[in-house]
Amino acid sequence: MNRETEHSPEVKHSTVKKHSPGKKATLLQKRDRMGYLFILPWLIGFLAFYVRSIFMTGQFSFSALTMDTGGYTLSNVGWDNFIYAFRVHGSFKQVLTSSVLNMMLDVPLIIFFSLFMAIMLNGKFRGRTIFRAIFFLPIILNSGAILDALALSASMMAGGISSAASEVSSSASSAAVDIFYYVQLFQNLGIPMELIAYVVGVVNRINEIISASSVQIIIFIAALQAIPDSMYEVAKMEGATGYETFWKITFPMVMPHIITNVVYTIVDSFTVSEVVDLAYATAFTEFNYGLSSVFSLISTLITCFILVVVCGFLQKRTFYYN
Amino acid sequence: MKYLAKAKKVFRDTDQMKIMLTDVKKMLLTIMRFGILAGVGYVILSPVIGIVVNSISSNKDAYDPMVYVLPHSPTLDKYKVVLERLNYFPTMAKDLLYTLSLMVVQLFVCSMVGYGFARFNFRFKKLLFACVVIMIVIPSHTIMLPLYMTFKSFDPFGLVTLIYGKPLNLMSSTVPMYLMSFLGCGLRSGLYIYIFNQFFRGLPKEIEEAALVDGAGVWYTYFRIMLVNAMPAVVTVAVFSMVWQYNDTFFAKLFLISEDVVISKKIASLQAVIANQEQILDPTIQELYLDAGIVLVILPIIIIYILLQRYFIEGVERSGIVG
Repeated sequence: MNRETEHSPEVKHSTVKKHSPGKKATLLQKRDRMGYLFILPWLIGFLAFYVRSIFMTGQFSFSALTMDTGGYTLSNVGWDNFIYAFRVHGSFKQVLTSSVLNMMLDVPLIIFFSLFMAIMLNGKFRGRTIFRAIFFLPIILNSGAILDALALSASMMAGGISSAASEVSSSASSAAVDIFYYVQLFQNLGIPMELIAYVVGVVNRINEIISASSVQIIIFIAALQAIPDSMYEVAKMEGATGYETFWKITFPMVMPHIITNVVYTIVDSFTVSEVVDLAYATAFTEFNYGLSSVFSLISTLITCFILVVVCGFLQKRTFYYN
Repeated sequence: MKYLAKAKKVFRDTDQMKIMLTDVKKMLLTIMRFGILAGVGYVILSPVIGIVVNSISSNKDAYDPMVYVLPHSPTLDKYKVVLERLNYFPTMAKDLLYTLSLMVVQLFVCSMVGYGFARFNFRFKKLLFACVVIMIVIPSHTIMLPLYMTFKSFDPFGLVTLIYGKPLNLMSSTVPMYLMSFLGCGLRSGLYIYIFNQFFRGLPKEIEEAALVDGAGVWYTYFRIMLVNAMPAVVTVAVFSMVWQYNDTFFAKLFLISEDVVISKKIASLQAVIANQEQILDPTIQELYLDAGIVLVILPIIIIYILLQRYFIEGVERSGIVG
C-alpha cells in the first residue's frame, strides 16, 4: 500500500490534469502553475521582441517606410518591394543563390569533418587536453571586428589584385606563408589561372570549414563519450573489426546529434552570410527599409524551408537508442 | 645479431607475427592520428602565431627577407603606441564589466526559464518550448530592423510619452542589450535555455521531492538546491555567453553602442587612426600596429579560456546537452 502512494506523485508528474470547474486545484497543480512564473521573463521578451518584430518585418516588406520625428510612417505598396528585389535589384538573386549553394556544400563537409575530428580526439592519448584546447580556439577568435580589420588591411596592401587572390589573402594574411608567391610561381610554370583559382578556392574552403567546426566537434566529443564502453567490449569479444564497430555502434549512437549539428550549422552559416551584409547595407546606407525587410524575410523563409526539409529527411532515417 | 635471431624467431611463428603486425598497425594509426591533429592544429594556430609574431616585430624585420617566423630584433614599441591609442585600460575595464554583467544576467534568467520548462508541467508547455526552439533557429538579422525601430523611439504601451512627453531614444546606449537579456531574449539566449532545460531534466527528481517534503518553497528549492547542482551547465553557459558576448559585433553595430564600451569596434578603425595620428603611411608597418592591437583585444578572453577550458569541456559532457 505504501508503495502505491509513493509512486502516485510520479504518475501525476507525467500527465497534465485538466482543471475541472468547481474543483480546487491540487497541490501539484498549484505548484505546476508556478512554472508560468519561472518562464515569465522569457515569455514577455519573446512576445515583445520576437513575435512583434516578425510581424513588423512582414509589415515593412509590404510597404515603403519613411522616418519622421518620433517614429516612422508606412505606406502600403503591395508586392512592389518583392518584385524589385527579384527583378530589378543588381545583386540580390546572385548573393542569395551563392549563399545557399555555399551552405549546402559546406554543411555535409563540416559534419563529416567534425565527426572525424571528434573520433580522433576521443581516445586517451598524450597531449589530448592541448589538442582539444587548440580545436576550440576558433570560437574565441571569431570576432567580426577582428576579421573586418584584417580584411581591410589586406585589401589596403593588395590594392587592385584580382578577386581570387584577395579571397585567399583575407584568410591567410597572417599565416607565415606568402600565398601570392606561390600563386605567381604556379602561374609562371604555365598552369592555367582557372586551375590555380580552383585549388586556391578549395584550400580556402578547408580553412573555412575548420574554423566553423569547433562547436560541432565539442558536441560530437560529448556524444561519443556518452556511448557506454560495454558496447565496444561486447563487439570486440564477438570479433567485430574496427570498420564494423564504427558503422554498427558509433555511427547509430551519434545520429541524433547529427541532426542537432546540422540545424546549428545551417543557422550559423546563414547568420554570417553575405545576405546579412546586403540587408544591413540596404537598410542603413541606402535607407531602403522596405527592401531590406524583404531580403531578411526571404532569406529566413528559405532557411526555415531548408531546415524543415533536411530535418524531416534525417528524422526518418535516424536511429534512437531509447 | 641478437635482433636478427629474434626477428627469425618471430617470422617463424604465425602467432608472434600477428602480434607484431597488430603492434605495427597501432603505431601507424597513432602516427596518422598525430599527423592529422598536428596538421589541422597548424591550420588553426598559424594565423594566431602570425599575428603575435607580427606584433613584436620591429620595422626592420618587416622588410627583412631573412626573417621567417621569429623576428631578429623583437620590440614592444608597437604595444606602447597601441595601448595609448586604444585607451586600453579604461576601455577594457568597461568592456569586461559590460560582458560579465550581461553574462550573469543571462545565467540567472536562462537557468530560471530552463528550470521552469524542465520541472513544471503547465498547459501549453510543449507549444511554448517549441517557441524557444523557433527562437534559436530564427537568425537575429530577421528582426534587426524592427528592433532598431523599437529602440530608436522606445515607447512601450505609450507609458514613456505619458511620463516624458516624447519617446526615448535608446540608441548608442547599452540599455537595449540589458533589457533584452533580462527578458530572456539576449544574444543566443534560446540556446542557453535549451542547455539548461536538457540539464535539469537529467537531474533526479528525488532531490526536489525531498525538499518539498521538508517544506521548502519553490524558490528556495530552486536557488539553494537545483542551481547549486547545476554547476556543469552553469560553467558551459558562462563560458559560451562570455565569449560570444565579448566578440559580438552585430548588436554593437545595430544599437550603435559606443566604442568606449565595446573595444572590438576600436580595432576596426585602429589602422586608420595609426595612419593619421602617428603619420605612418606604409601599410605593412600599419599592419604591425594592427596586430599588436588585436593581441591586446583578445588577450583577456585567451587568459580566461586557458584558465577555464578544462572545466568547460568537462562541463559540456556532464551538462547533458548530449545523451
